[in-house]
Amino acid sequence: VTPGPASAPASVDALQQALAEEQYIAERALAVPIYLALRLKRPLFLEGEAGVGKTEVAKALAAALHRPLIRLQCYEGLDVSHAVYEWNYPRQLLEIRLLETTPDLDRTAVARELFTETFLIKRPLLRALEENGDRPPVLLIDEIDRADEEFEGYLLEFLSDFQVTIPELGTIRASQPPVVVVTSNRTREVHDALKRRCVYSWIPYPDFEKELKIVTSKVPGASARLAREVTAFVQELRTADLYKSAGISETLDWAAALVALDREVLDADLIEETLGLLLKNQEDIDSVRGERIQTLLARAMDLATR
Amino acid sequence: VNALVTNLLLFGRVLRAAGLQVHHGRLVDAIRALEWTGVGSRNDVREVLRALLVHRHDDLAVFDEAFDLFFRAHGSSELNLPLFSLGERARVVAKREAGVPPRVEVEDIAGGTSSAAAFAVGAYSPVEVSRTKDFGEFTAGELEAARRLLLRMPWDPGHRRTRRWERATQGPIDLRRILRRNVMRGGALVDLPRRVRRDAPRPIVVLADVSGSMDRYSRVLLYFACGLARSAGHVESFLFATRLTRVTRRVAAPGGARAVTQLVRELQDWGGGTRIGEALRTFNTTWARRVMRHGPVVLVVSDGWDRGDPALLDRELARVRRSCARLIWLNPLLGSARYEPLTRGMQTALQHVDDFLPVHNLTSVERLATHLRRLPPGRHGIHRHV
Repeated sequence: VTPGPASAPASVDALQQALAEEQYIAERALAVPIYLALRLKRPLFLEGEAGVGKTEVAKALAAALHRPLIRLQCYEGLDVSHAVYEWNYPRQLLEIRLLETTPDLDRTAVARELFTETFLIKRPLLRALEENGDRPPVLLIDEIDRADEEFEGYLLEFLSDFQVTIPELGTIRASQPPVVVVTSNRTREVHDALKRRCVYSWIPYPDFEKELKIVTSKVPGASARLAREVTAFVQELRTADLYKSAGISETLDWAAALVALDREVLDADLIEETLGLLLKNQEDIDSVRGERIQTLLARAMDLATR
Repeated sequence: VNALVTNLLLFGRVLRAAGLQVHHGRLVDAIRALEWTGVGSRNDVREVLRALLVHRHDDLAVFDEAFDLFFRAHGSSELNLPLFSLGERARVVAKREAGVPPRVEVEDIAGGTSSAAAFAVGAYSPVEVSRTKDFGEFTAGELEAARRLLLRMPWDPGHRRTRRWERATQGPIDLRRILRRNVMRGGALVDLPRRVRRDAPRPIVVLADVSGSMDRYSRVLLYFACGLARSAGHVESFLFATRLTRVTRRVAAPGGARAVTQLVRELQDWGGGTRIGEALRTFNTTWARRVMRHGPVVLVVSDGWDRGDPALLDRELARVRRSCARLIWLNPLLGSARYEPLTRGMQTALQHVDDFLPVHNLTSVERLATHLRRLPPGRHGIHRHV
């Protein structure tokens, strides 16, 4: 890792610039909250539909700030042993056997020796407190809405103190708190108490200009014309009444696929053949197929040439 | 700087008046933040305040509206803001036809003569209500008795298995605790702690048809929905006729008859035909992602008179079924011995439902309660007979 500036960017413009160098295009409505989160040392809470680039923010931010990224993927039932720490039981059991063969074994030492850092498995939250120096990591807590309320409660405590207590070892505290990014797909409302501690930002689907920039920067192989047409079509597709709209990553996959197929122009047949890259829901695919593709394509061409 | 602070405090008050929860600490943050970013760009000021003062997607529109109003009025030193309209969300407003007087809930101590009055009194009612009489034939007095019964009915919707562990006397061995416990005893494994998956109440989603053809049953079925929502915990409620509305909070709120009376009054406006397919489509696209978590039991309450597209109903109902643990269709007409589910809508629906049950009298409601209680746990562990 090349050492860059350790401090936070001096202004919103500088932050936008730094993110742009990591090929992340952040408009003002996103750059300002990120900047504030860094300056206020508060978690950044990003909410939005799946596929609008919430996770990417954390990755780009870590790269722009030259800090390691630690990711915690949430799921139902996520608990301390998977989020914070766990003892390495097999090794502890093995150690007990070894100790048993020791001729004069000090019984009281056993307990002490079994619960040392050697046997500790550190999970993301604990690692985020430890990896430190002048570059505390970026901690990404991804899809918090998938975790249950119990974990949310724990997180609330963690984010206010940035410390973890392990009964056998004591309290571990961050000398400098990590930069925290929390994301939610809003499959449920996350509790207000947690969100209140954060800087909040809603990320909408990108507009045509922004998405075009993303496509051109991430799929350099696409011709200017193809990039415009692809972007325009996805934009139109998002206005269609579907269960699940195409996210940015779908746009990028699709553009890359069309480049791999050596295509320069969109046409209805091509779209129909590759629709599975954009829509991942059989009902949605069926409802778009046929005439609707023609209509969407016509509108997209209109948008692309505007 | 002083003017800025004054304005921010004022703006905070405006937001609170509009229904946002604005924390004092966040206003302090906002003052600091504006010192860093400056107040030169109006757009940046907006972004700063939005990031710090809003923490819900639903509040964003209100915030923008308030911001525009506030900073427009700001130019004309006088604080004469049309703030009264702020924060007012679109509600279902009953439009009554001319000539029809709006029904008023009267606290009639002398003993009401109109059915609305009798309904609203909510006092002791001597009427004994038959458990087998059809809801559609209830008198005002019986409705009142049914209300008290249904609102207080204890529900136990069964359980779903969560992915969280808890201590138990049987089940797989809990390695995490095994060592800590046994090391205290010198390292010999004497004690084997165990753990099992914890159970949680199974969530329920109610989709109730309140269209014209359900008229005779709507009120009682709303009591049923209210009682269920209050007693069972995780219940999401929706009403539909030609369109679909979420009423979860209103139905679960305490206040007994009043909430239902209010809903019923609004329903008069809904009337008309049912488009079940379209209602379910709205449900699937707008709400399902948020309310169909953890494998709920879905209760559709409808007589199946569908004026919409049967193909759409077919498709959407199939989707509902795929995303829930069990799909139960409750039809008040099924109570009649002569009834046969011949309507096109009902025919379509029957291909997808797991259970087709009557809901026409108190006995049938009690049977439903027993049925729900007996559903096995397990996230998707309910066996289906296709």
